[in-house]
Amino acid sequence: MTVVRISDDALALACGADDVASAFEAAGCTVERVSSWGMHWLEPLVEIGGQGFGPLDRNDVTAVLAGASAKAIGRIEDHPFIAKQQRFTFARAGKTRPLSLEDYAAHGGWQGLARAREIGGAATIAQVTESGLRGRGGAGFPAGIKWTTVANAAADQKYIVCNADEGDSATFADRMVMEGDPFMLIEGMAIAALAVGAHHGYVYIRSEYPHAIAKMEAAVRASAHIVAPFVAEVRVGAGAYVCGEETSLLNSLEGKRGEVRAKPPLPALEGLFGKPTVVNNVLTLAAVPWIMANGAAAYAQVGFGRSKGTMPIQLAGNVKFGGLFEVGFGVTLGELVMTVGGGTASGRPVRAVQVGGPLGAYHPPAEFHLPFDYEAFAANDGLIGHAGLTVFDDSADMSAQARFAMNFCAVESCGKCTPCRIGSTRGVELIDRIRARSGRAADKVEALPQMHNARKAERTLGDEITLLEDLCETMKFGSLCALGGFTPYPVLSALRHWPEDFGAQ
Amino acid sequence: MERLNQIIASHAGREGPLLPILHDVQAEYGHVSEEAIRTIAGALNLSRADVHGVVSFYHDFHEAAEARAVLKLCRAEACQARGVEALVAGLRDNPRVKVEAVYCLGLCSVGPNAMVGGKVHARLDAAKLGALVEALA
Repeated sequence: MTVVRISDDALALACGADDVASAFEAAGCTVERVSSWGMHWLEPLVEIGGQGFGPLDRNDVTAVLAGASAKAIGRIEDHPFIAKQQRFTFARAGKTRPLSLEDYAAHGGWQGLARAREIGGAATIAQVTESGLRGRGGAGFPAGIKWTTVANAAADQKYIVCNADEGDSATFADRMVMEGDPFMLIEGMAIAALAVGAHHGYVYIRSEYPHAIAKMEAAVRASAHIVAPFVAEVRVGAGAYVCGEETSLLNSLEGKRGEVRAKPPLPALEGLFGKPTVVNNVLTLAAVPWIMANGAAAYAQVGFGRSKGTMPIQLAGNVKFGGLFEVGFGVTLGELVMTVGGGTASGRPVRAVQVGGPLGAYHPPAEFHLPFDYEAFAANDGLIGHAGLTVFDDSADMSAQARFAMNFCAVESCGKCTPCRIGSTRGVELIDRIRARSGRAADKVEALPQMHNARKAERTLGDEITLLEDLCETMKFGSLCALGGFTPYPVLSALRHWPEDFGAQ
Repeated sequence: MERLNQIIASHAGREGPLLPILHDVQAEYGHVSEEAIRTIAGALNLSRADVHGVVSFYHDFHEAAEARAVLKLCRAEACQARGVEALVAGLRDNPRVKVEAVYCLGLCSVGPNAMVGGKVHARLDAAKLGALVEALA
C-alpha cells in the first residue's frame, strides 16, 4: 500500500491539506500526517517514497498516483531550497509525525536530555555557553550567561518560561516548532530546568495559534513521564502583542495586565512570582537538544562573527519561494531574498525588505550585501529580531508602512511608559500630516498669549519631518521596552531610504 | 452561575489562574460579564478593579457578547505585502459578519490569511474571502 505523507501544520491545513489527504485515503493510500518541510509555496506538499508533489489539490491525486503529475518536484531532500540549508533545529522537519514519541526517539530525540542528565547542570550550562547560543527572540543575549545567573541565584523555587508569543508579522518558526516537533521544545525546557535547578516550566503561547496550543498540550501530556520530575504547562495568551516582551509576559502569566516591568530587577533574579526565571524564546530552547546531543563545538563551528550556529530564517510577504530556511549566520540579505526567495511573488521589482517583524527596519535592495548577523544589522540601523523577512514589491507606499508601524505601536502599547503610549499616537498624527503635505499652523491653544513656549509660526513639511525624527529619538531612548523603543526603526528607515514617499522633491 | 463556579474550581491550585479562568468564561458565555467579574474577584481574593483591568487589557476578552459571526483577517505587514488592503477595500459589508483585524496568524508566506473559529484559510483573493463571509452570514 502506498504511504503518502502530508503535513498537518496550520499552514498546510490553511492551504487545503485535509482535502488532499482525504482524497488520497479515498484512493486507497495510507496517509501519514507529518510536520512541514517549510516549503510553503508548495503546500499542500505530498511526499511519496521521498518524492515530492506540490502544490496539490484533490484533483491532482489520480495523476500523482499514476506517476504522471506535472506537479512532481523530484526528491524533496535534493530540492535546492532544502539542500542549501543547514538544518539543526529543523532537522526533523517533514520527516516525523509531530506527536509520535516513537518517531521522535527514532530521529535522535531525547539524546540531548540524556546527555545533560549524564553530565549534570554545571557542565550543561558550560556546553550552552561554549556553543555561543544567543537568544533567538531578538535581543541576542547569550543563553549560557542567562542560565548561569539563574543557576547561581539562591531560591526555593525557579521557573523556566518559554516565550511562544510569536506576534511578529513574517515569523512562523516558533509555530512550526510547536506544531511540527513539540517534543524538541519540551526537551529543551527540561534541559534548561535541569541546568538551573527548576522544576516547573510554562510555555506561553499566543491565542492566535490554536493548532500549536493543541499540539503542545498533547505533547506535554505524552512526554510527562520522560521529562519528570520536570513539569511543563501550556498557558495561552489573550491577544496582546506586547506580551511577547518578557516582563509583560511574566505579568500575564501571573494573571495580571500585560504591562511591562522596569528592569532591573532582571527576570533571571526576580522573574515569575518574584522567583529566578529563565525566559527564553522557542527557538533558543529548541536549539538546545541539538547542542547537547552533538556538542557545543559542532554548533559554534557554524556562523559568522559573534553570531554562532544557525538561524531559522522565515521568508514571507511578497516572495516567490516563501518558507522556512535554516542556515548558518552570515548569509547575505540579497541571497536570501533573491536567490533563495526568488524575488517577489508578483514578479515586480523588490522595493523594500522588512527584517525582524513590525519593529524591524525596512531595507532597500542597496543593502542586500548585509550579512545576516546581529552586529552587522545593528551597525546599519536595523535588527534581525526573530529573523522574519517581509518582502515588498515596488507598489509599496513606504510612508503608509511608517504610519502602520506607529499605529501598530499605538494600538498595542501597554500604556505604562509615556514615550510609547503618547508618542505613538502623536507619531500617527504627524505622519498623517506629512502624507497630506498639509503643514500645520499653531492651534487655538498654542496661539494663546500665555503659551510662551509654544511655537507660533507655521510648520513646514521639513519642520514636520524634523519633528518626526525627534519624536523617534525620544521613543527610542525613553521607552521601557522594545515596542516603543524599536518602533522608530521601521519609521526612520522608511524615511531615510524612501524620502520621496514623504514629500521630498 | 453554577457553571462559573465549576470553571473557577477547575483551576484551583494553579499558579496565576486568572487568565485561564477568563479564557474558559469567555469560551463558555461569549463574554465576561460584570457578574462574572464580581464572582471571579471574590473567588481569587482580588478587587473587582483588578479583574476588570485584566479583562479590558486583553483583546480576547469582551465585556459584551458579539452577536455577529467573526472573521479574523490578518492585516499585518506580510499580508499587506500580499495585497490584503485591496481585499478589505473591496469587501462588501455584511450586517451579520464582523470582519476583525488580527495581527498575524503566522502563515506569512501564503497570505492574505483569515481565521474563522479555529479554522485557518490562506491564499485568499476577493472571491475566496467573499465566499468565507457569505458562508458565515
